[in-house]
Amino acid sequence: MSKTVPVLIASIVGCLMIVAYFSPPLLPARQMAEDWFTIVATIAIFLGGANLCLHHLKKISDREAGWGFSAVTLISFAITIAVGLLKIGVVPESEQQIKLAWSGPFQQEGSGFWWIYQYLFSPIVSTMFALLAFYVASAAFRAFRAKNLEAILLLITALIVLVGQTRDREITSLFLPPPAEGTPPYVPIADLTEFIRKTFVTAGQRAIMIGIALGVVATSLRILLGLDRSYLGGDE
Amino acid sequence: MNRETRFWTVLFLGGCLLLAFQSLRTERGVGQQFVVRVDATTGKIIPPAADASDNSAAAVKTVIYEPASKDDPEAIWSFSRTSGIWIAALLTLCVFSYLYRDNVCYKLAESIIVGVSAGYWIVTYYWEVLIAKVLLRLSPELARYAFLPDTPADAKADYLCIIPVVLGCMVFCRLIPKIAWMGRWPLAFVVGTTAGLKLILFLNADFVRQIRSTILPLVVFSATASGGSELDWKQSIQNIVIVISVLSCVTYFYFSVEHKGIVGRISRVGIWVLMISFGASFALTVMGRITLLTMRLQFLFDDWLGLVRI
Repeated sequence: MSKTVPVLIASIVGCLMIVAYFSPPLLPARQMAEDWFTIVATIAIFLGGANLCLHHLKKISDREAGWGFSAVTLISFAITIAVGLLKIGVVPESEQQIKLAWSGPFQQEGSGFWWIYQYLFSPIVSTMFALLAFYVASAAFRAFRAKNLEAILLLITALIVLVGQTRDREITSLFLPPPAEGTPPYVPIADLTEFIRKTFVTAGQRAIMIGIALGVVATSLRILLGLDRSYLGGDE
Repeated sequence: MNRETRFWTVLFLGGCLLLAFQSLRTERGVGQQFVVRVDATTGKIIPPAADASDNSAAAVKTVIYEPASKDDPEAIWSFSRTSGIWIAALLTLCVFSYLYRDNVCYKLAESIIVGVSAGYWIVTYYWEVLIAKVLLRLSPELARYAFLPDTPADAKADYLCIIPVVLGCMVFCRLIPKIAWMGRWPLAFVVGTTAGLKLILFLNADFVRQIRSTILPLVVFSATASGGSELDWKQSIQNIVIVISVLSCVTYFYFSVEHKGIVGRISRVGIWVLMISFGASFALTVMGRITLLTMRLQFLFDDWLGLVRI
């Protein structure tokens, strides 16, 4: 019961999704299952929130190292939830809605939730991604060595594409005869970059995508046939 | 006080002095933000003087604020946006401090982002799914009255929606060891739906369409102005390179045959193509990150400090 029913649910729903694609009368059922999927996944996110609270509350109660940061996490989590769910700072946007304080969009500009996104969420996330510029550069400096043909190809391509996207690419047109009046200067490295992107990058990505697609299809079939039950976890 | 602490103290005090000097020296100040008051229902700007005389509840309830220049006569100083710019700038510096080493400031920013991002997605899904989809279907009247006034008056309830709600609530069974097994049912539903959807999606978009896009003419002729046709050598070379590259890469990923002889040579070409592809992807990633870095520096030096005018 504890394992057979979930396997049956996964198989039936998955097969319905596939059959509905080939059978137009079943499309509403497919649409309904997709909606149900969104609702179930949304409620599961609340379980994630509950787990986050339990994990950090335990760290605080045990006075583990760094418990102060757990408190910061919990406070910022609670404030975001409260501001977002209560729509603090949101105002109705039409005269018919004036009496309905909660009728405005929750991400309205100037609202508390918008403020949290604009001045907390967005700056920290984008700065964390920006930090990767330093780490990618330093990792490349340490790891990239032109030891063999493959490494040389990788290095040269990276250099061409990097230069081809900056203003310095115009250096490559200095040795060419001046262009006719009214025409833009010919920049060889820009054309080479475009050629690499249209051919080799497209081809490499295409082959990887074909491989991934075959892997996804094989894994999906294993789940639908009940051969792969790893998603059920261990015995509980 | 050791040498390192002295260094950071001097750096911190120097930063504070720079900020104080900058805020006093320039008319714009540091991170100062101004807004205009706009009536959300009519879209008209409310002059600051008119606001003092109009105290009706409706006028207060529907005022929104839009960014404005300091020179705008209707502009008023915004505490929330100015404090927001300051907090965002300080958090940006906290994250950048990781370049030196892991420290309290970085950990503080990290803890804030964990809590805020978890809360952000919960709130977003609450309003976009639980209210806009579930409540709207279970009780259109309540949804129209409380949250979504634009709901049509003749909207009918769809009680089938209760099934995913019950299924979804079963995920919380995982928190109770005795009935934890029931938590597998919603998980199985999600996994089964994903498997069925992805199987078709990947077969269609990433397999069939990619193969179809690779079946290209190796010799391309283009029409000329005189009505004839001529060899488009550029497009022909491009198509030939794509076809050969894809075939050689796919051969490299074909592990059922030993890579020896002709297969080995073709798969070696596949490795070269993949290396070129990875090199270009690496360069594009680096450029993307550098663009992000530029944007953050622009925020610090323009939006916050006002040292540069872009």
